[in-house]
Amino acid sequence: MSRYTSATEADRRAMLDAIGVGSLEEVFAEIPERVRLKRPLDLPDGRSEQEVYEELAALAARNRHCEAELSFLGAGMYDHYVPAVVDSMLARSEFLTPYTPYQPEVSQGTLQVMFEYQTAMSELTGLPVSNATLYEGPSAAAAAAYMAKLETRRGGLVCSRGLHPHARAALRTHAAGYRMQVEEVPLSAAGATDLDALAGAVDDDTAAVFLQQPNFLGTVEDLGALAEAGKRTGALVVCAADPLPLGVLKPPGELGVDVCVGEGQSLGNRLDYGGPSFGFICSAERFIRKLPGRIAGETRDVDGRRGFVLTLQTREQHIRREKATSNITTAQTLNALAGIVYLSWLGKRGLVELGELLLRRTHYARATLGLEPINPGPVVREFAVRVPDLDALVERARAEGINPGYRLGRDYPEYEDGLLVAITERRSRTDIDRLAAVVAESRAQVPA
Amino acid sequence: MADESYPDELRYHPEHDWARVEGDSATFGITWYAQDALGEVVFFDPPEVGAQVTKDQAYAEVESVKAVSDVFAPLSGEVTEVNDALEETPEKVNEDPYGEGWMVKVKLSDPGEADQLLDVGAYRDLLQSGG
Amino acid sequence: MTEVALTIFERSREGRRAFVAPPADVPEAPLDDLLPASMRRERPAELPEVSEPEIVRHFNVLSRKNFDVDTGFYPLGSCTMKHNPKLHERVAALPGHARLHPLQDDDYAQGALELMWYLELALAEIAGLPHVSLQPSAGSQGELAGLLLTRAYLADRGEERRKVLAPDAAHGTNPASVTMAGFELVKLGTDADGGVDMDDLRAALDDDVACLMLTNPNTLGIFERNIEEIAGLVHDVGATLYYDGANLNAVMGIARPGDMGFDIVHYNLHKTFTQPHGGGGPGAGPIAVSDRIEPFLPVPRVVRHAGGGGAGPGSDSRGANGAELTGEAGIEPRYALEHDRPKSIGRLRGFQGNFGVFVRSYAYIRSLGGDGLKEAAESAVLNANYLRARLAELSDYLPIAFDRVCMHEFVLSGSGAKRELGITTKDIAKRMLDYEVHPPTVYFPLIVDEALMIEPTETEPKERLDDFVEVVRSILEEAEEDPEVARTAPHTTPVRRLDEAAAAKRPVVRQPRG
Repeated sequence: MSRYTSATEADRRAMLDAIGVGSLEEVFAEIPERVRLKRPLDLPDGRSEQEVYEELAALAARNRHCEAELSFLGAGMYDHYVPAVVDSMLARSEFLTPYTPYQPEVSQGTLQVMFEYQTAMSELTGLPVSNATLYEGPSAAAAAAYMAKLETRRGGLVCSRGLHPHARAALRTHAAGYRMQVEEVPLSAAGATDLDALAGAVDDDTAAVFLQQPNFLGTVEDLGALAEAGKRTGALVVCAADPLPLGVLKPPGELGVDVCVGEGQSLGNRLDYGGPSFGFICSAERFIRKLPGRIAGETRDVDGRRGFVLTLQTREQHIRREKATSNITTAQTLNALAGIVYLSWLGKRGLVELGELLLRRTHYARATLGLEPINPGPVVREFAVRVPDLDALVERARAEGINPGYRLGRDYPEYEDGLLVAITERRSRTDIDRLAAVVAESRAQVPA
Repeated sequence: MADESYPDELRYHPEHDWARVEGDSATFGITWYAQDALGEVVFFDPPEVGAQVTKDQAYAEVESVKAVSDVFAPLSGEVTEVNDALEETPEKVNEDPYGEGWMVKVKLSDPGEADQLLDVGAYRDLLQSGG
Repeated sequence: MTEVALTIFERSREGRRAFVAPPADVPEAPLDDLLPASMRRERPAELPEVSEPEIVRHFNVLSRKNFDVDTGFYPLGSCTMKHNPKLHERVAALPGHARLHPLQDDDYAQGALELMWYLELALAEIAGLPHVSLQPSAGSQGELAGLLLTRAYLADRGEERRKVLAPDAAHGTNPASVTMAGFELVKLGTDADGGVDMDDLRAALDDDVACLMLTNPNTLGIFERNIEEIAGLVHDVGATLYYDGANLNAVMGIARPGDMGFDIVHYNLHKTFTQPHGGGGPGAGPIAVSDRIEPFLPVPRVVRHAGGGGAGPGSDSRGANGAELTGEAGIEPRYALEHDRPKSIGRLRGFQGNFGVFVRSYAYIRSLGGDGLKEAAESAVLNANYLRARLAELSDYLPIAFDRVCMHEFVLSGSGAKRELGITTKDIAKRMLDYEVHPPTVYFPLIVDEALMIEPTETEPKERLDDFVEVVRSILEEAEEDPEVARTAPHTTPVRRLDEAAAAKRPVVRQPRG
């Protein structure tokens, strides 16, 4: 008996009696002798709760997190402030420990949360239908590609190099299974998707075109023009968007985008070294029956009470099996709760105020750092700059307890000397000035 | 919902579809047995007008809350009309499977195929023996 | 309770707020200078305007409409609804985990990488396969990974095969994954004992078969006795054998899929390893593979370099029995993420996977240890067989689908109740809600008529199982007198039976704009 199981000796005897065996070994006789493990698992012994806590705390202490350094790291996940109400709600047993709402009569909490989350994502993206989460951003892009395959039956995918490197990689990996080809469209000298190249890449076999807003460099793309070029031959236009900047940016749904996907971590979810967060997918009405994943719908019960249920389940794997719109089952429902609690906390005005603060601080940062911009156009929360001696800057910054940002050369050889700097509301003017000072010191060392 | 019935004048397909043949055109739908097995129909996904349908092959899908079913063509031909009313009121398939629940009208490419279909007696026998 | 269910949007009142922005400490440049009007939203998104107290009340009240594992018995078959230890939330919330950026330099994420390394070792030991990737986001993504790995492995040998086999009793994710991975599904029948039909299998196996996907024990809770022969047949045609780990809770420390002959295994950390289900996620679906599949695993891989300063070759190989969880004294290993794997299938998703889930599962494995994991499996099997034996008292109405000893779950058929009492499995399930237990999984697997799939898990004490038997007995006895009560159940839940047909016919999937 461990601290989580509770069969006493007396329990065991009574249970074995009822089963009609002398020992549990008789039950395990079902398993052929040759495949039985004849030694204990080669794992250390179990430990007390206190010891386990101390071990995990020691491991955690060896990680330099955003409270231990001044971080300008973004590139797909962002150190936004998560309010305490989110923690409180996620700690509630009734949200944390139930399964998927297969019995809706006892799952109205989860189902209504899903419905409210769907409403909020629809509002942000400007598209009328949303599902109740996918896993995260990059695989959500792959899910949109599958939708486009089911809808158009075509084999080509055209993808801007402005899409997050992980999203482009995930697209390729999944496309191998979908039997689809991925063609990449380059960025212009200004760090935005090359419109002519996009228009040229699209043909009669293109199932979907992938754009990102803001793109990986932080550039605010001319989504309307790109979407128009993308749909010229009947492809779906898919935009991967970060939902927080959508508070101030024109929503993709108003610019001709058919499907909007993205990474939801910015909305009330922790960094958690990359997960769990949530992915979202929203679309035009006509694709509702091709959407992957769970969807909550409103209805009434036999007494006329308002209620919510999982709906359009015939899309899903448990019914449509090999013809399902996706194999997804467990998704990220608890993280959607964090998202809708966060958006309720920010509120209609708060989202705009936060967006405007990010805009102003980001532009202040770009101006103050005084480095050559890779993408000089409008940005919201992140921007890319060239750094004459990037190694030296990083070393100097690190020595001051600062993480200056993401080294673009890791994914973009064309920006070998590039640095991607993210400014959230947790980075104050003082913080930005500190980074600028380090940059200035570092430049002073570089031979002209 | 409708009471169980299988009209005498129709021809039946073993996959539980019926055909009402009138000269060189026909109307198709699903039988009482099929709609009963499905439960309340919530969605009918029709073919386009002008589409070709082939005997014994699925030409559409019909959905209830918990199930999806292929709809099989009893005969071959070209779709001339689709029952648009089913978009708003798919439950007509349950309420009146042989009347307002009709699915498509087809111009037959080979009316002789109807000889291969079951008459009502043979279809009832099929149901008796386990569908 | 007759309170009308208002959404958070309906509680909105203009001007209310919970958020106060930090001070604008930078120059307030005109927005038009920063972002042209053509790129800006014209109208704000219609999010709620509510204060903090209303947010808290709204979601608290909603939560109380849910039934959950922390409240009562939840015997959902194939879901392993075991207790979620509370320690796990505490360690997952440590800032070193919760506020660690995924792109932090490896040198500054050593605690996280070491945790992942040791979790991989532990999972490898449990499954009996040496090479692990923690990346897949859930079981379904693990399945997809397994099939993509198979495709890559075969392509590397110059082969392209089209078919994947799976039993008709398989979970729906298996066939869905098959299609997404670009294969065609071939279904195998189930024999009279509840195992894979060996004649079907032999007839289906040829050199166009890429993979056979199995769960063991299977979805009937029955251990596949022919597993060695099955593995031999599959390998003889050069295909891979895939293990769906949904039912791993039955065999931890007792038998290992690697030893049974499986090449690729996925784990469900949100089932076997106690990540809380969260109402539908998050979870994680790590995979373990044999040597021949290893080169194709997704990137990045977690590697360990011996000695300080990163000198010496990286190593991520470990024997099937390797589990040095205590480290070597005097040598400071350095962990890193490696991306340079030329044969890798690439990435399934962003970053490293659901690290927050890894933290909880690692804490669980460290809490239980090898003996504790085995004891958990034994207790799960004991509880299931006990419940099966007790419910056999009601077998006139709920006969067992396959009359054999089961593993951690078993399937009953409601066909007797339907015939004798005129109530269906659905009616029984709905009436259980009035007794404040969660129903078992219903109408799955598809091969059993009016199926009830029951998995108690190891964390239920005996008296809870006895209580459940009495609940079922009461429902059946009540139906002998008056079947209408079950047919119109539930009666005491926040809402009663809902019109799912209307929701599917005219879907309303968001609050209409006010």
